[in-house]
Amino acid sequence: MALLEVRHLVKEFPRRRGLFRAAAGIRAVDDVTFSVEEGETFGLVGESGSGKTTIGRCILRLIEPTSGEVRFRAEDVLSFSRARMREARREMQIVFQDPYSSLNPRMRAGDIVEEPLIIHKAGRKAVRVERVAELFSLVGLDPAQRARYPHQFSGGQRQRIGLARALALNPSFVIADEPVSALDVSVQAQVVNLLMELQERLNLTYLFIAHDLRLVRQICSRVAVMYRGRIVELGGTESLFEAPAHPYTQALLSAIPVPDPAATRQRIMLDEEAFDTGAALREVEAGHWAAI
Amino acid sequence: MPLLSVQGLTTGFLTAGQFVPAVIDVSFALDKGETLCLVGESGSGKSLTALSIMRLIEPPGRIEHGRIVFKGRDLLQLPEREMQPVRGAEIALVFQEPMTALNPVFTVGDQIEETLRVHGRATRRTARDRAVELLEAVRVPEPGRRLREYPHQLSGGLRQRALIAMALACDPEVVIADEPTTALDVTIQAQILDLLRDLQARLGLALLLVTHDLGVVAEMADRVAVMYAGRIVEESPVGPLFSDPKHPYTRGLLASIPGLVPGRRLKAIPGTVPAPGTLPQGCCFTPRCPSRFEPCPSAHPGITDFGGGRTVKCYLHGRAVEPATAPPGPPPHGPVPQPCPEQA
Repeated sequence: MALLEVRHLVKEFPRRRGLFRAAAGIRAVDDVTFSVEEGETFGLVGESGSGKTTIGRCILRLIEPTSGEVRFRAEDVLSFSRARMREARREMQIVFQDPYSSLNPRMRAGDIVEEPLIIHKAGRKAVRVERVAELFSLVGLDPAQRARYPHQFSGGQRQRIGLARALALNPSFVIADEPVSALDVSVQAQVVNLLMELQERLNLTYLFIAHDLRLVRQICSRVAVMYRGRIVELGGTESLFEAPAHPYTQALLSAIPVPDPAATRQRIMLDEEAFDTGAALREVEAGHWAAI
Repeated sequence: MPLLSVQGLTTGFLTAGQFVPAVIDVSFALDKGETLCLVGESGSGKSLTALSIMRLIEPPGRIEHGRIVFKGRDLLQLPEREMQPVRGAEIALVFQEPMTALNPVFTVGDQIEETLRVHGRATRRTARDRAVELLEAVRVPEPGRRLREYPHQLSGGLRQRALIAMALACDPEVVIADEPTTALDVTIQAQILDLLRDLQARLGLALLLVTHDLGVVAEMADRVAVMYAGRIVEESPVGPLFSDPKHPYTRGLLASIPGLVPGRRLKAIPGTVPAPGTLPQGCCFTPRCPSRFEPCPSAHPGITDFGGGRTVKCYLHGRAVEPATAPPGPPPHGPVPQPCPEQA
């Protein structure tokens, strides 16, 4: 059974049209359905404004979806009380994109990682301190640096702190929202390797939100491509990259710069007239769906 | 003679009375109609090199020495009033972040027309027509309407096109583009790269493209200079750089590109780029280098020339040591110029 199921998820943001006129909503997420299996890395890709980050936040109820269903281990997350939701967040954690703004600059690194343990009343001070040291080592940081402030760490190290914080309560499911896009290429590779290694060691399930298609291809088992709030294509990574069925996916993949000067490039331009934006997903191949 | 040549450029910052170099003894040449990519990670000095060419280094930054020879004249020796007509008109700069590079309180048209008028390329009367032409050249749909709009009314891709139009306003011979597509989505990036390539071919521009993305390098470059911790550590025509990288850092960067062997771990370079002022002794890459051996920590390697435009600074390939003092060049002239308000 799937660890996470998202069904017909909708998020509308109100848009004010003049002071007294009724608000007409913007559908940031429009009828999105997918499921994430235990132990897999499911990629959610799309360009800015496609709604991928909003989906991640709706799943954790950091923002409330307008309608739809989110099930985690078959339980209906959207019906949880505040207390039950807080409990559920032990299991479901998030790593944010920007390691510069997602860490409190006035807190020491050790305290940042310890905070979830305090909030969730996980043990006495001595136990927590030991756990923080363990988490530092787990993500490749020197526990001796726990008294430093975020600005004393490099971008890659800061993202490791964010990861240690997310892993503090032993979650089974981690939403990684563009976890390496603010990092340099060589550092990015280190953090990607760390994510893959932690997944194996801790049996984590990832929802990996990204705009970098090369990265998604590297680490995801399955991928959903978002376009204007909808999933236009969903399938196994290799199947989707080798034989993209939706015109948007085709355009997107053809736009990736290939690191080979001898490669022949054929740019496919997106023609929005060429497809029906409201089309339903249909199976084009076993486990590979496209809205065509 | 190349159109633009940078010789022994050293730029850095005065911190607590001490000069901390961030660009160290950088030399390269750029010919008409050619694209040279400066590639490196953050802190490698690639943007600072670009700004040095434009003489847009503000205190506490300082160009310590070197020569920037453009059409036979050393730009670093020019008085500011002679530099002004070069900057923006003969050598133009396209910035990374199109939202911050445009002034939010003036329309796009005002800003393009200002460039034209400042450099005496148009009068108040002719500027509008020329601005329309320029937006057409960078394929902005409905240029007449767009000129009357403010930067926030344009998408990221259109803003970047408007910036490129401004850069082209005075028919420059050299365009320096500093990460022109980094803030853009991949489909928009592809359009901007296609546009730059097309404009370059049509106008015979010399393009200096600063980027961290080796995919962009592979698509755009004729030649590549790889920067690490302030120095150019490898220079090569684009083909050989990808097929036979010489410097361990270049090899590491290529191995760090995701998506080529799905599912596997990447061959990451351990450690991080050293900050200016904390450079290790000897070759700056030593602490992260998988191939380091006994000479590496002693002195920084000098240039080994493979011929065919291929050079590398690495003891794996030769025993040349970097000269202790930078090549002689008269000290730069005059006060440090202030950037135009739009560019600040």
